[in-house]
Amino acid sequence: MEGSKLTVEQLTTSSKLTVDRLTAYYGEKPAISDISLQFPDRQVTAIIGPSGCGKSTLIRCLNRLHETAYRTRVEGRVLLDNEDIYALDPVRVRRRIGMVFQKPNPFVTMSIYDNVSAALRFNGRPSRDETDRTVVRSLEQAALWEEVKDRIDAPAVSLSGGQQQRLCIARALAADPEVLLMDEPCSALDPIATAKIEELIGRLKHDYTVIIVTHNMQQAARVADYTAFLYLGKLIEFGPTEQVFERPTEKLTESYITGRFG
Amino acid sequence: MESPTPSSSSSNRPPLARVLTKTLLRGALPAFAAAIVGGVTYVQGYTLGPFGLSHLVALWLTVAVAVAATFGVVAGLAYVARRWPDPTFFGVVAAVGLSIIALAVAIVGILVYNSQASFRAFGWSFLFGQIWDPNRQIFGVVPFVYGTLITSALALLIALPLALGSAIFITTQAPRWLRRPIGSAIELLAAVPSVIYGFWGLYIVHPYMQLTVEPALQKYLGWTGLFSGTPIGLDLLTAGVILAIMIVPTIAAVSRDTLAAVPAAQKEAALSLGATDWETIHVAMLPYARSGIIGGVILGLGRALGETMAVTMVVGNVDQIPTSLLSHGQTIASLIATELLNNNGPLQISAILECGLVLLLVSLLVNVVARLLVWRVAKVGGGAIE
Amino acid sequence: MKFDRHARRKLLSHSVAVLTGLAVVAVLYPLVSIVYEAAVRGGGVLFQNGFLTSVPPNGCTVVSCSTVGIGPAIVGSFIMVGLASLLAVPVGVMAGIFASEYRTRGFGRAVSFTADVLSGVPSIIMGAFIYGYFVLYDPSSTYSGFTGSLALAAIMIPIVVRTTEEALRTVPNAMREAAIALGISKWKMTLRIVLVAALPGVATGVLLAVMRTAGDAAPLIFTALGSNLYPHDLFHQPMPALPLLIFNFALSNESNWREVAWGATLFLLLVILITNIISRMVIHRLSEKMTGNA
Repeated sequence: MEGSKLTVEQLTTSSKLTVDRLTAYYGEKPAISDISLQFPDRQVTAIIGPSGCGKSTLIRCLNRLHETAYRTRVEGRVLLDNEDIYALDPVRVRRRIGMVFQKPNPFVTMSIYDNVSAALRFNGRPSRDETDRTVVRSLEQAALWEEVKDRIDAPAVSLSGGQQQRLCIARALAADPEVLLMDEPCSALDPIATAKIEELIGRLKHDYTVIIVTHNMQQAARVADYTAFLYLGKLIEFGPTEQVFERPTEKLTESYITGRFG
Repeated sequence: MESPTPSSSSSNRPPLARVLTKTLLRGALPAFAAAIVGGVTYVQGYTLGPFGLSHLVALWLTVAVAVAATFGVVAGLAYVARRWPDPTFFGVVAAVGLSIIALAVAIVGILVYNSQASFRAFGWSFLFGQIWDPNRQIFGVVPFVYGTLITSALALLIALPLALGSAIFITTQAPRWLRRPIGSAIELLAAVPSVIYGFWGLYIVHPYMQLTVEPALQKYLGWTGLFSGTPIGLDLLTAGVILAIMIVPTIAAVSRDTLAAVPAAQKEAALSLGATDWETIHVAMLPYARSGIIGGVILGLGRALGETMAVTMVVGNVDQIPTSLLSHGQTIASLIATELLNNNGPLQISAILECGLVLLLVSLLVNVVARLLVWRVAKVGGGAIE
Repeated sequence: MKFDRHARRKLLSHSVAVLTGLAVVAVLYPLVSIVYEAAVRGGGVLFQNGFLTSVPPNGCTVVSCSTVGIGPAIVGSFIMVGLASLLAVPVGVMAGIFASEYRTRGFGRAVSFTADVLSGVPSIIMGAFIYGYFVLYDPSSTYSGFTGSLALAAIMIPIVVRTTEEALRTVPNAMREAAIALGISKWKMTLRIVLVAALPGVATGVLLAVMRTAGDAAPLIFTALGSNLYPHDLFHQPMPALPLLIFNFALSNESNWREVAWGATLFLLLVILITNIISRMVIHRLSEKMTGNA
């Protein structure tokens, strides 16, 4: 177990997000314990593991969403560019670290345009031109612009599931984050929609650090540069995807990869 | 009655005649008997039982029972088609259900019937009549429309921000251990009877309004022309304030329920974009809950329109069109409460009841609109919704 | 510049938190004030000997009255609310069953809708309705406890129908289907299984209706009329009631009578408060028992 835990000093220069001895509780029970991990800058890192291993909890600690639930507690540090996000204002943190959820959750009362521009409206009202430009750019980044450009004022809920998820990605990108967290973004989608999103993840990593939780190992193998394997709340192994899948150092990892459990 | 032959039960249905007989014996026949007895009793002018039930009650019973009997027969026939598996139960319960509708019809009917005299005297111009003078026997509903509308509007204006603010506080800001106590306290507010609000309003709020609030309003807002006249404290403004206090629980309860029903996913979406608490409420929660909140407001309006005792005690009881918020006034409800017993003759009674009819129809309309919007926020036993 | 905006946003968010907190204080203040004033002004009278059993003073002045009381009003309220419940609960529950269990037929929905709409009718209109027939035209009835009970029942029925229907609808259909699949006839299933499962909700609804009716003066003003003597006849004489007493005495010029009104107010508030608390505890116990055993 010790071998695959990278210490904080190593790889610091290329690490965007560093998790240092993080433990997160629901009530009295720790959902993740003592996790230390570094997410490399502008790479895609996948977090895999069987149900209940704590992947969602971990990712929700990264944008301080975990603490908004009832009776939760976090110990440890999460460093964004060497600043502990738990010492900063959570509102600022969430602006820099965006999130896409498992089930698409566009604002149901708003149009497509208003959904994407939502984050812009928080920080004062930029000009209509600037908002337009940002909306188009975000929708293009999310590979949705061509499909909605003729009905940008239509209600967001009129889109299909896959389109709604790409809308949520556009919405998150419009806030201009540095890191994009994705919590099983494709698990509610059909294979075609999934493929579209996996494709756009490959493009997103040029500009953003992407961290994706997935229960689908093949997906991790397809999109991720690095992979972290969690089991029962503990980090078992972390490394370049190719190494983790083909030459895992831990027995547990190998068992999971080869499908012996999970 | 033929006995069933085993070979004919290929479809498992009992013979028609047997079913009909069973139904008749079980449900319809006793019902018919009771209906006949009741009808005869009514016609003969006898009263039933030791308490001397009046004729109307006997008639009511007869009608209900006859309806049940009819349903018994119809149900029996339908039973053959296997659609109503339990004719007696259905019959009884449906009859009671029918009586609810009968009650509604009766209420409107009796008020219409009693308004006849007034309608014959004044016609449709009663609805535009601005004078209410028992001495000259001239009556019109307009002064009370003013009173009702002004007090209700004031009440809504004051109650909405307070109720919505409280609902927002309970669902988002308050620490969890505080939520149920505050909610229970608001429900207690709803349980306080109207007379007690009126009593308290008369002796505690009214002097305060008269000596402190109203002079201040005259001084600073007198230029609006809304606050002319000597401040006495028994006026539309005070009534509006008391009404506001009374409808806050209604609006707050519905708002709280609709806000609590906003899915967590919507709130998390806002939070994950870096929204502050207020921005989350503003962007993710309020738009989602909007129709429910509006429904709650209209429900509150419905309650304010018909509120009687508290208003009667503080509104001033003067049957004239008000000239300012500080004028004495009268709502339709307070009119009925004060003048139905002390009146100048049957025409006035009829006029009062015609005003009541107006209030009834308006309340019904408002209530229908509110229910369509609120869609029955499922709250069993919550006191504040009424 | 960005820092400025951020600070402003946080300030706005915090201000909203403070404002909504103030709203709660403003909303709850009347409750505190009412209870306080009732306790202070009525407390002295309420705990005097004989207050709950004596008769209100008839034309006596501050000096000459030794004991004053609200006895008749308590008895009158009790009788009328009880009678109203006797009529309203069976009718309301049965109609609620109909509205809930037969709602696929248009008829059931009509009943549900009607009860909904009726529950919004002002209570004074209900009183006017009963007055409009019984007192005005029916020669055999007059201002009496009976007509008062009818008015109260008319108010209670729609409430009980609505709450019963809602309670029944929360019972999952799976339960009904399971019972029918076992061959249980519909009425037995509805009464013994579904209704029992919904009992906490139904009971809450009934208690709610009773409490609301106990404090309602409007429908009684011209049906029961009120009096100062212990009731003897249900049908031929006016009957006293607590809210009526409060209404009449509150407007009086004699401070003695007003004191009685405050005492009655405190009494009524205590009864409502205690009933509220007890009913909550009982319902909680009932539903715990049910979910525990189910």
